[in-house]
Amino acid sequence: MPIQSSYLHSDMKRDTSKITNLTRVEKVEMRGIVKQFPGVLANDRIDFDVHAGEVHTLLGENGAGKSTLMKILYGIYHQDKGEIYVNGKLVNIRSPLDAIRLGIGMVHQHFMLVPTLTVAENVALGLHSSRKFLLDLDIVSERIKELAKVHGLYVDPGAKVWQLSVGEQQRVEILKILYRGASLLILDEPTAVLTPQEVEELFHVLRSMLNRGYSIIFISHKLHEVLSLSDRVTILRDGKVVKSLPIVGVNKEKLACLMVGREVLFQVEHPSVKLGKVSLALEGIWVQGDENLPALRGIDLEVYSGEILGIAGVSGNGQRELAEVIAGLRKPTKGRVFIKGTEVTNWSPSQLLEYGLSYIPEERMRDGTIQKFTVEENLILKDHIHQPYADGIFMNFKNIARESERRISDFDIRTPSRYTSLKSLSGGNIQKLILARELSRNPGVLLAAQPTRGLDVSATEYVHRQLIEQRTKLKTATLLISDDLDEILSLADRIAVIYEGKIMGVVKRNEVSVGELGMMMGGVHKDKIK
Amino acid sequence: MEVIIIGIAKSAIRLATPYLYASIGETIGQLSGVLNLGVDGVMLMGAFSAFYTVLKTGNLILGLLVAIVVGAIFGLLIAFINVTLRAEQGISGIGVYIFGLGLSSLLFRTMVGTVQAVSGFPPLFIPLLSNIPIVGEIFFRQNILVYGAFALIPISWFILNKTPLGLSIRAVGQHPEAADSLGVNIVRIRYLTVIFGGMLSGVAGASLSIALLNVFQQNLTNGMGFIAVALVYFGAWRPLSVLTGALLFSTVNAIQIWVQVKGINIPSDFTLMLPYIVTIVVLAAMAKRYVRPPKALNKPFERGE
Ligand SMILES: Nc1ncnc2c1ncn2[C@@H]1O[C@H](COP(=O)(O)OP(=O)(O)OP(=O)(O)O)[C@@H](O)[C@H]1O
Ligand SMILES: [Mg+2]
Repeated sequence: MPIQSSYLHSDMKRDTSKITNLTRVEKVEMRGIVKQFPGVLANDRIDFDVHAGEVHTLLGENGAGKSTLMKILYGIYHQDKGEIYVNGKLVNIRSPLDAIRLGIGMVHQHFMLVPTLTVAENVALGLHSSRKFLLDLDIVSERIKELAKVHGLYVDPGAKVWQLSVGEQQRVEILKILYRGASLLILDEPTAVLTPQEVEELFHVLRSMLNRGYSIIFISHKLHEVLSLSDRVTILRDGKVVKSLPIVGVNKEKLACLMVGREVLFQVEHPSVKLGKVSLALEGIWVQGDENLPALRGIDLEVYSGEILGIAGVSGNGQRELAEVIAGLRKPTKGRVFIKGTEVTNWSPSQLLEYGLSYIPEERMRDGTIQKFTVEENLILKDHIHQPYADGIFMNFKNIARESERRISDFDIRTPSRYTSLKSLSGGNIQKLILARELSRNPGVLLAAQPTRGLDVSATEYVHRQLIEQRTKLKTATLLISDDLDEILSLADRIAVIYEGKIMGVVKRNEVSVGELGMMMGGVHKDKIK
Repeated sequence: MEVIIIGIAKSAIRLATPYLYASIGETIGQLSGVLNLGVDGVMLMGAFSAFYTVLKTGNLILGLLVAIVVGAIFGLLIAFINVTLRAEQGISGIGVYIFGLGLSSLLFRTMVGTVQAVSGFPPLFIPLLSNIPIVGEIFFRQNILVYGAFALIPISWFILNKTPLGLSIRAVGQHPEAADSLGVNIVRIRYLTVIFGGMLSGVAGASLSIALLNVFQQNLTNGMGFIAVALVYFGAWRPLSVLTGALLFSTVNAIQIWVQVKGINIPSDFTLMLPYIVTIVVLAAMAKRYVRPPKALNKPFERGE
């Protein structure tokens, strides 16, 4: 199963890469890895290894130390203790460049692409040019196309990265690695932002790479993905290895149990409630998308107090724009929005906030938090000018402290303290923080976009229970946008299917089959089905 | 009338020179993510050191080289403060400015004392081209530093857009983590751009003291370095647009000087303000055009954050 024959040799011939003497990674071993951060022992004597041709999955709760371990292998952090062996040889990985030279590549939990540059420029970045002081983007583009063809990772080398869909950006990340001749791929939650279809495509690509002798380290919170892709699983909890086992004969429940240390319920109770008045209504909403084409084309929706309305659909059919219109971040070209009977079309986000709208944005790293602020500050961010967090012009630090401590423990946010700055939290814990803030505001209307993306199973369970509880006890009107059909099916009272900016139909959850939903998601109108 | 216009155009080209050097240097630095507000101070140091060298030796080339070296040393200092020590860039730039202003004044008072003139770079007539009517007079009878400034535009455009180094610079200013994860040495790139920017600021100063004005006095630049920084925003980090901005500014300036020299009855305080007012108005008008500065501008980088 030679990797190098086709690619690395052509690499040398053309000299588009400065890494020419790569040998294939047959085996990587990490032994006794220890990494201490201020207040957290992120990795505690971890042993981990991966062989050519296999997928070894790292599983663990948010903050268990998965990304940390992988960043050590990729040279972003350096371990305090422990050794790394590549093909049996002790290596010292001091920087990403060292890792690249050893044939290791990493796709990060948060994309590492320069949005203003083209695909080819992103790939060529940091490489020697075959023309020395002149960029050889034409050659790079050609080679990207070759690699794309071999691996099925199609993308236009001349496109600017900001114009690409998330799925395409993911492909660019993998192409960047392959271009450098890596044979070990670290994929840190590569599927978190992908649609189910894109995940299928990705897995297809990965499986064919395995047959060619690549090795893959995979991280995901979605257990069905873990079960379908992995050969072996290692489970981390609080920085320690709990168990390492082959995947055969393991099921979802067992994995969840090992990970969390207790049984996890994948189904939530769904008590019935008496519906109130319409809390959120959209009337004939039209909106321009980023490419100046209409992204929403005449949307009518009503969400009642005390119900969860799920928006199902293949992502990219207007879900993001829908959320942005309601949150006041995008102006509709036509149509009106009402909250609790008042017209709020064109209100600013802060006016909407005051009026009782809570928003859990999809792009939480960008839209929902301030990286430099502490956990505590981020937790009260939107309400910091009001009682009980402020008395007049002064902050009420006692109340702030009490409330943020409560949220940290309720939502199980893993942080050394409430003074820790947000940027040192793990990806999933940042998500939990935003959820804690938005759900604690007791909103009349809650707009939740992909609320459990990146959360581990127990956090997902907790958020699901919270959403149901708010609906049942506080009669919150919730609009739930999710790519995860299972999530919608288990939470929503009614489901609206969106396709190319139009609603294909609104159905009661218990009166629709998955097959019918699938047809609607593919663009068949509800009335045409029956 | 024709003579007047030619005269104004010619001096506009001349006057654009220091701004071009300083702005292009600043553009490259900012593209890599480092904001340097100390340009004016470095220009003053370049201006003084070039002037002093020429005063003592009469050697113009040596004067220019000394200005470049002094600029490079200041660039190194700025890079050390901002990249290695990760200081707040806006504040540290003001510090560098005050340091350059004070040191150049001090050196001038102790080493020279009185305002004197030197003979600077003479005009260099470009064969053939300088004989073209009007155009030749305006563009091709300037001194070598003027030509250098204009040559810098295509050169910097080429480096930024057509070379691996330029690609790294742009990436480092937009998304240093991404560049770092591909093995680009962030620290090295930023030192390089900031030192290069320092050298160009040195040349910008020298162009005043040994090519355009041929004198030195305290605070010779009178805030030109700050205008150079403004021109970077004006030009949206693109060399060609920086050139447009510099020319607009220097043209208004040339008109203003002509008005004063002619003794036309407009209060000189007002004419002096004119170039700045035009700059502010144009900058404000362009703000709508929504150009985004490099994402990582003014953000120190540390791996693993
Ligand atoms: N740069 C840092 N500084 C301080 N603490 C950090 C830093 N990076 C991570 N940590 C801490 O180390 C622990 C492990 O974090 P890590 O990112 O490895 O978790 P993870 O398993 O990848 O979680 P997730 O599933 O949420 O991505 C967390 O408690 C986190 O707060
Ligand atoms: Mg992680």
